Amino acid sequence: MRSERRIPSLWVITGFLALGLIATGFADFSLAGHDPWQALARMGAGFLRPDFSAVDDIGRALLMTVAFAICGVAVGATAGLILSPFYYAKPIRFFCISVRSVHELFWALMLMQGLGIGPLTGVLAIALPYTGIFAKVFAEHLDETDPRPARVLPPRVDALSRFLFARAPLAMGSMWSYTLYRLECGLRSSAVLGFIGLPTLGFQLDSFFKQGNYGAASAVLICYVALIASIRIWMRLKLALLWLVGAITVLSLQSAPPMGQGALWRFLTSDIIPAPIRNDRGLPALWDWLTNLTMDQILPGLWNTIIVGQIALVLMGALAFVGFGLPIRRVTGRIGSTLGYGLLVVLRSLPEYMLAYLFLQIFGPSMLPAVLALSLHNGAIIAHLLSRDAAVLPLRADAPHGITLWGWEFAPRLTGTFLALCLYRWEIVLRETAVMGLLGIATLGFFVDAAIAELRVDRALILLVACAAMTATVDIASTRLRRATRTRHTTDIRKSAC
Amino acid sequence: MTLVAFGNETLGYGAETVLTGVSFALTPGDRVVLLGRSGAGKSTLLSACYDRLITAGHRVALAPQDHALVPQLCVLRNVLMGRLDDHSALSNLRSLIRPRQADRHDIDQTLQMIDLGNQIDQRVDSLSGGQKQRTALARALYRGGAVLIADEPVSAVDETQADALLSLMADRFQTSVLALHDVGQARRFATRLVGLAAGRIAFDAAPSEVTDEMIGTLYAQ
Repeated sequence: MRSERRIPSLWVITGFLALGLIATGFADFSLAGHDPWQALARMGAGFLRPDFSAVDDIGRALLMTVAFAICGVAVGATAGLILSPFYYAKPIRFFCISVRSVHELFWALMLMQGLGIGPLTGVLAIALPYTGIFAKVFAEHLDETDPRPARVLPPRVDALSRFLFARAPLAMGSMWSYTLYRLECGLRSSAVLGFIGLPTLGFQLDSFFKQGNYGAASAVLICYVALIASIRIWMRLKLALLWLVGAITVLSLQSAPPMGQGALWRFLTSDIIPAPIRNDRGLPALWDWLTNLTMDQILPGLWNTIIVGQIALVLMGALAFVGFGLPIRRVTGRIGSTLGYGLLVVLRSLPEYMLAYLFLQIFGPSMLPAVLALSLHNGAIIAHLLSRDAAVLPLRADAPHGITLWGWEFAPRLTGTFLALCLYRWEIVLRETAVMGLLGIATLGFFVDAAIAELRVDRALILLVACAAMTATVDIASTRLRRATRTRHTTDIRKSAC
Repeated sequence: MTLVAFGNETLGYGAETVLTGVSFALTPGDRVVLLGRSGAGKSTLLSACYDRLITAGHRVALAPQDHALVPQLCVLRNVLMGRLDDHSALSNLRSLIRPRQADRHDIDQTLQMIDLGNQIDQRVDSLSGGQKQRTALARALYRGGAVLIADEPVSAVDETQADALLSLMADRFQTSVLALHDVGQARRFATRLVGLAAGRIAFDAAPSEVTDEMIGTLYAQ
């Protein structure tokens, strides 16, 4: 065994803090002439008086959100299940890593160019990245099953029967519970797809905001949080098929604007080919094209993505570390813990993109809405996971209460877990930061959006490859750091992956 | 004619040696029972026999000590697993979704004999320890073959039932190698008793030639 020097957790935390601090020096937090208090007052007044009268629109948006999520997750889970036994074959793993390193919103933007804005685009936008994730996680589940039943099978049993009888049934339980968790992620993805034009919740929210109808927007958000919070009540294994049939029916009744003849073919064979190649202008032209793209878009986009991401990461960590005490009764008391729990549920139910959209209405376009949204949502997720770990820590009978308990027992004991979770979310935070560009913040997504608006799909594709490379690099760095710090975690860390 | 033979061999798991100087041959009609303290190497010798019989191309039924059942599937499907190599993948897939009536009938008869008839559709994880053990045994009985290899197949059932199960095994399989810890059961079942102690075969003889003292020394400190 290789013996490596263990890096103290505190060094890593200090390093990230320093990076975050330096990044603030380059960040744009200007309010751009917005008066946040006035906007906040108007929205606050609306939000305190939720208006459910637009029940038709809200109901339809919720229904579509659920339908897209169920279909997308079902397709992703099925494809992932089929790929999972072969996950350790290099081409399959490469495929899975590639599809999951591109965000759902980016997938949707690209798919729209070829398939139009129909149900298929929405379903595939969720299903493609989820396939990659499902394949990986299901492969891990299969690895962890008891190998003995497979060993005792008669020799020469074919591989399929071996898998179906002695492997798959053993992993079924954990696979279902993971799928259910993923459906929760799917509901977030599906809602957010609305912001780029699909008929889900984000679309409805956007149109209520544009009308200044904050009461209705508030109602949408309340329904949405309730929907996600109650998922384990309405989605059961026995009902899954029924839900799926329903979801397919709802989506197939959707009418989509027709695409021109051969649009998909043109997209695949012409639009995504880099322009200098498409126009036969030779390799030097291609080199110039790539250089310009890199200098003008990729590097500035990456720079801004990293600035926003690193600041958000530090703030996320701070919020999570302080916040994980909130839902624990022994720390904040009965009322405090109930409120704390509720706060964390709301913050982690609302996807960061949606939160950023809300903050954008208040603060105007700058890096501030993105940083706030990313840190609040991800911080709430880590806080929730940490508080679950804290709840099962054995405490001595005379252990203190309140903030003393948090500071003397929980904080020191959970620092390792905390760091592991933060490192795990590093990749996710940067991935989401890139996507926030679609809201007008100059991260990578901003340039992707611009390229697509100009119908320059070839540029968008290169930008997405750059984005995927960034995500993959951070993933490797995070894995190395987790190994170097030997951070252990009691929480099933996979459950924090969206 | 011998089914499998060891000539002064060393057996173990990976790099770890468990038994040395093993000379042992199995001929059709043998009912061998391995005796010895836990850790004496009974399971090692059983799995070495199993591997060698398989390599030689014999059909072998196996009932391991840890049962190795799939807890999420019902008794019927777990027993069906004994014969998966007799059918194509497609046919097995069909049976997984809905077992054939004929198979169900066959398995039901086997289960009746070992008092598991009522549990045929029950999930294995809801069974008692003794029922799980008998499910694993049913899988081996349903498989059938030239030889039965079973590691403590009746440790979790009462004495009367154990005797009935052992005589059922003797009926169904011409040749068998079992590990048992009950000396009385072993004497009634076996045609040969093999004692294992101190990493070696201490004796290998017919039950009538094995004295209680010889068995006593196996378990002595």
